[in-house]
Amino acid sequence: MYDKSISEQSRALAAGEISSVELTQSYLDRIKQLDGDLNSFITVTDELALAQAKAADERRAAGNAEALTGIPLAHKDLFCTEGVKTTCASKILDNFVAPYESTVTNKFKNAGTVMLGKTNMDEFAMGSSNENSHYGAVKNPWDQTAIPGGSSGGSAAAVAAQLAAGATGTDTGGSIRQPASHCGITGLKPTYGRVSRYGMIAYASSLDQAGPMTRTAEDAAIMLNTMAGFDRRDSTCMDREVPDYTANLNDSLEGKTIGLPKEYFSTGLDSEVEQRIRDAVAEYEKLGAKVKEVSLPNLQLSIPSYYVIAPAEASTNLSRFDGARFGHRCDNPEDLMDMYKRSRSEGFGEEVKRRIIVGTYALSAGYYDAYYNKAQQIRRLIRDDFMSAFEQCDIIMGPNAPTPAFNIGEKSDDPVAMYLSDIYTLSVNLAGLPGMSVPAGIVNGRPVGLQMIGRHFDESTLLNAAHRFQQETDFHLATPFTAA
Amino acid sequence: MAIDASEIQKVAHLARLSIDDNQVDATASTINNILELVDQMQSVDTSNVEPMAHPLDATQRLREDKVTEENNRKQLQSCAPAVEDGLFLVPKVIE
Amino acid sequence: MMWETVIGLEIHAQLATKTKIFSGASTAFGAEPNTQACAVDLGLPGVLPVVNEEAINMAIKFGLGIDAEINKVNVFERKNYFYPDLPKGYQTTQLDKPIVGAGHVDITLADGSTKTVRIHHAHLEEDAGKSLHEDYHGMSGIDLNRAGTPLIEIVTEPDINNSEEAVAFAKKLHSIVTTLGICDGNMAQGSMRFDVNISVRPKGQKELGTRTETKNLNSFKFMEAAIHKEVARQIDVLEDGGRIVQETRLYNGDTGEARSMRSKEEANDYRYFPCPDLLPVVIEESRLEKLRGEMPEMPDAKKARFVSEYSLSEVDAEILAGNQATAAFFETAAKTSGDAKLVSNWMLGEVSKALNANDTAIADSPVTAEMLAGLIARIKDNTISGNIAKKVFEALWNGEGKDADDVIEKKGLKQVTDTGAIETMIDEVLTANAQQVENYRAAPPEKRGKMIGFFVGQAMKASKGKANPGMVNQILKKKLDS
Repeated sequence: MYDKSISEQSRALAAGEISSVELTQSYLDRIKQLDGDLNSFITVTDELALAQAKAADERRAAGNAEALTGIPLAHKDLFCTEGVKTTCASKILDNFVAPYESTVTNKFKNAGTVMLGKTNMDEFAMGSSNENSHYGAVKNPWDQTAIPGGSSGGSAAAVAAQLAAGATGTDTGGSIRQPASHCGITGLKPTYGRVSRYGMIAYASSLDQAGPMTRTAEDAAIMLNTMAGFDRRDSTCMDREVPDYTANLNDSLEGKTIGLPKEYFSTGLDSEVEQRIRDAVAEYEKLGAKVKEVSLPNLQLSIPSYYVIAPAEASTNLSRFDGARFGHRCDNPEDLMDMYKRSRSEGFGEEVKRRIIVGTYALSAGYYDAYYNKAQQIRRLIRDDFMSAFEQCDIIMGPNAPTPAFNIGEKSDDPVAMYLSDIYTLSVNLAGLPGMSVPAGIVNGRPVGLQMIGRHFDESTLLNAAHRFQQETDFHLATPFTAA
Repeated sequence: MAIDASEIQKVAHLARLSIDDNQVDATASTINNILELVDQMQSVDTSNVEPMAHPLDATQRLREDKVTEENNRKQLQSCAPAVEDGLFLVPKVIE
Repeated sequence: MMWETVIGLEIHAQLATKTKIFSGASTAFGAEPNTQACAVDLGLPGVLPVVNEEAINMAIKFGLGIDAEINKVNVFERKNYFYPDLPKGYQTTQLDKPIVGAGHVDITLADGSTKTVRIHHAHLEEDAGKSLHEDYHGMSGIDLNRAGTPLIEIVTEPDINNSEEAVAFAKKLHSIVTTLGICDGNMAQGSMRFDVNISVRPKGQKELGTRTETKNLNSFKFMEAAIHKEVARQIDVLEDGGRIVQETRLYNGDTGEARSMRSKEEANDYRYFPCPDLLPVVIEESRLEKLRGEMPEMPDAKKARFVSEYSLSEVDAEILAGNQATAAFFETAAKTSGDAKLVSNWMLGEVSKALNANDTAIADSPVTAEMLAGLIARIKDNTISGNIAKKVFEALWNGEGKDADDVIEKKGLKQVTDTGAIETMIDEVLTANAQQVENYRAAPPEKRGKMIGFFVGQAMKASKGKANPGMVNQILKKKLDS
């Protein structure tokens, strides 16, 4: 049953074909068996999971189960979970047991889901390869010499390896879509403001957004139904009706227009990856969609704009990690300054420190206008580009990354090369749009995903398009095990 | 805009990070590579563009002035490195 | 050389909201350490701020109260620095777009003249926690109950030229915020804290001298003393050929000592930028409309009304209208007794003396407005003299009676108005002081006015103060001059 989608599991649980305890146990067994190599979990919560599964079975017996009741999920280790360690994959939080629950995980709790554990990630969600983790790199289940993508690499690998029915991820510059693409699963980054950020340890506040990582678009819709919605504790979370995201999955795509930004298909894009994307677009034409070339002229500037804004916000978001009230404190601090500097220098990894320094510099006196303010101006240009493009189309499609997953170690010494590989995903966060990755084939044994970008708060159209595609293709059914 | 070793130390100090002397040059060189990347922005004329801090044109929702948080000190301090008499302890603060 | 002092003030006033500016934790004063610091106030990972509507309303009311422009679009910024009482490593504050724009506060000085002090702006921000400096094994204790308490920081133009003006301004501001009900004005608890920027320059010089900032003065008395001390220090330094160093100074009210704060090792670079966790606060016209409707009578309007309605002097009206509780006390007593002038004299005299001596707020005065009115009624109907009234007041203050009549009755203080009885008493006084009577009669008429005081005093003494002084005067004159 672990190889089935959430919707299939949900039906089986409802029909009494399997209990949540059995289902949960089968995942825990697989984690024990496979995760030693993959390293996709930081914490596995066996006992809690089984207790929750038991409670879910009782709830179902009592007749008040929801679609997700009893479904075993994994949560990225930056969602605060009361009583369970939350590390953000950082040494600075190695001992941190959150005294409260994030809104997202709380919603899943209330829906009766089972938490299998907390997944590995790039430290503080800063990275595109999941190599920046205090708990070690995560391996791609399709090819263990490859990165799974990042920063939600643990969640992507766990879902791809069938160690969880679905997982939560967060996406600040592509951190759901890119690992979903590299691991051959479905991932959705909702519109900024669709899902509460409360209790989600911040990387860059104006860009971060949580979303589902699943095997199918239908599963993503089911999870989003639970995740989305207003939260009085998050000022940036919009008070806006949440539609039933499963309602329109089967709508016809007849008359929809797909925009292909020409900048997404220029130099730097691997020709094999391009082919998979073009094949997928051809599939949409068969489904009745029209295809049109559009332009996002400032796309290239999304890299510098993002790599100023995100580190700037992060540099101050991470000031609270000072050794005073929680988290790592260095041994025997000589004075206050020593406590600050040693606790932070010992606690943060290299990439985190690098981004804090870049961000601090970008905000400092004399540089604010040239960096931070300029980046915010360019951010507007990038959003305006999307607004113009959406006057001509309903969905924008393209690749998630220029190449399939690269090798572990390949870019870890070259941050700039790593940053450049984010070219197709960053702009979506800068503009606050919903974006999605769906499996679109394999190149040299490594999966490739199709990226779809929608209008603000139009997740339904993306899920509809993704679901129709998955009805016609079986890329999403391929697994690291069937492919071998 | 290149940044030199002493400036790196100044910025690191602002951020309360320490960089070993033998690491400063390597750090400066990596940071300079990143700054070179972001300096691409300088080629664009944005003189009439309003900076955008948030992706949505939304405004702040206001909260009713009602006490919703009860005393939860014990639990909130359960993850603190040093606590006594309900206070967080830190190295001596000198004004 | 003649020196001119230039002073600008920055005032932090804690807003009287029930909860913090960004969290639902209580702001009540005096709780056990960290029992009113929730996850948001502690800056735990993942928490987010949500703006308290009442803090916005109160800041707007302040703006309306000083005739200021209210900014329609408000942005909160992060001011970044590390300090143990600042849990997030930044203070959420306002920089470019403060909620309250330019306004003014008018003050009345002791000589009755008035002066306008311009307000540059006032912005909203969060208070920090407290570092306790008792020794905990060589460490400091941090209490974050105060962290996140809403503040308005009010910044004046450098329009103030001496400590008298500074104190008058501070008192006026205190009166404005307490009248508005946006701050409890409790300075001892730190609800209002004054930072004073002081510079001196040779009289006639146009450019300002180098200024120093004396921080966190929490009483009018300390403020006055700190200004005197700092102005004198600066003039001494300059007259000795030295120069003023721009610095932050601390004044210790208990010892009267001032010192430079350990100079920060480098100039701070606060890296202000718009807080990405908060969206712009947009103030709609409808909100302004509603708040305008809730505005109480402000001290200036009240003062003007006291002058016209009760015929008080400007100076007396300024004091009586300056504080909500004082004004209410005055109006109740004036209306009940029907003699505003006498009430005003009593409030500025005996009442104020007793309140000061016992360090009591007028709201807690054992002599209520009604009791004072009753006392004044007895003066007016000649039941007691002004001097006896003071004794009755004292008795009332000490709880020796439920009202003036009760005290007069119990102590037998009723005034003697029987002409026969007074005449007998006066005859005795004149007989006993025959020499003085002779002197009086020998003196030229223009000197007699003063000399009669002696006989009045003797007669009043003989009556134990109970004789009606007017009648005593009259009868004495008649007898002596005949």
